[in-house]
Amino acid sequence: MVELRLPRNSTVGKGKTFPAPAGAKNVKTFKVYRWSPDDGKNPVIDSYELDLDTIGPMVLDAIIHIKNDVDPTLTFRRSCREGICGSCAMNIDGENTLACLKPIKSIQGDVRIYPLPHMPIVKDLVSNLDGAYAQLRSIQPWMQADSAPPPDGERRQSVEERSKLDGMWECILCFCCTTSCPSYWWNGDKYLGPAVLLAAYRWIADSRDEHTGERLDSLEDTFKLYACRTIMNCTQTCPKGLNPAKAIGRIKELQIERKV
Amino acid sequence: MNASVPHIEVMRSQLGRARGLGAGHSGVSHWWAERVSAASLLPLSTWFVVQMFRLGGADHAEVVKWGGKPVNATMLAALIITTFYHAQVGLQVIVDDYVHGKAHLPTRLLIKIGTSLMGLLGVFAVIKLVVRSGSGK
Repeated sequence: MVELRLPRNSTVGKGKTFPAPAGAKNVKTFKVYRWSPDDGKNPVIDSYELDLDTIGPMVLDAIIHIKNDVDPTLTFRRSCREGICGSCAMNIDGENTLACLKPIKSIQGDVRIYPLPHMPIVKDLVSNLDGAYAQLRSIQPWMQADSAPPPDGERRQSVEERSKLDGMWECILCFCCTTSCPSYWWNGDKYLGPAVLLAAYRWIADSRDEHTGERLDSLEDTFKLYACRTIMNCTQTCPKGLNPAKAIGRIKELQIERKV
Repeated sequence: MNASVPHIEVMRSQLGRARGLGAGHSGVSHWWAERVSAASLLPLSTWFVVQMFRLGGADHAEVVKWGGKPVNATMLAALIITTFYHAQVGLQVIVDDYVHGKAHLPTRLLIKIGTSLMGLLGVFAVIKLVVRSGSGK
């Protein structure tokens, strides 16, 4: 039935405070969600007071500084630090985004950092995305064509056909959108979520793919596709400026087109 | 067996869970019905509001006479049917969102039966108006 409050072992407590180094002039507080599977304790919020004059401009710079120089126990994912790998997706200042693309200056007051919402937590800022990855695999995000490709080269596509993939191939699968979607929070076991549906439409819209009908078949479900309630959090939060809501709308249009 | 090993209830692979029972191959008509009924309610409700203003101050006999006219009765029945049908499809969405587990199916049935009965009640009320004004009472 309806869950109105957090489970007892999920309520967040107050954690430790790490004061700013002596003589720091430009201090900002970073409040970071901490939870470890090993100690059996509830999650807490640790406060790190950092001197902004000594670190880089982005939130990821601050987190890396914390791990290197303040508290090596902090756990998070990061790799490319330039918004192309999607590893450092987290909830910063109440919004899902990539820590490497989020300037510290754009945040007023304390910087609150949480893992991506409503997913199982592995540790600290690392959420478990196994379910979302499996959902991506379930829509078969690869080319499916029965015609043989030309023996001397790749499958060809006109400039116009190729342009239909713009706004979709740029997705880096950080799952900021999926984990910002209330419908995914409620029914994430059955609803595919915006990131996976954007990927599904990327293949439906690809002129070289010949399994459009099968793809639409496998999406035609009360939950998989139609649990989208056009809340639009996905489009608002996408750190790459993409529009998953529009892709979902296009899939619904195609479902109508072939049926009504 | 080692008693200290925690019991894991679900070992099914993530892909197996994601695929679940497969697509239900329904949802298009439900989604379409939601939109079409919502759009139909715009003119129907506008008509109803205008009529209510026109009937302002009328006594019971006048309203019964108004409701007994074929065009008014048709519009009233269409409004009632569309309203409760739209309520049914719309409430189903809310139940899908918030009610999980064993309570899901009974709640959905309850919504279906409840809205159908209320719609039926409205339609019979309109029929009563038509019969009444037809018999001249």
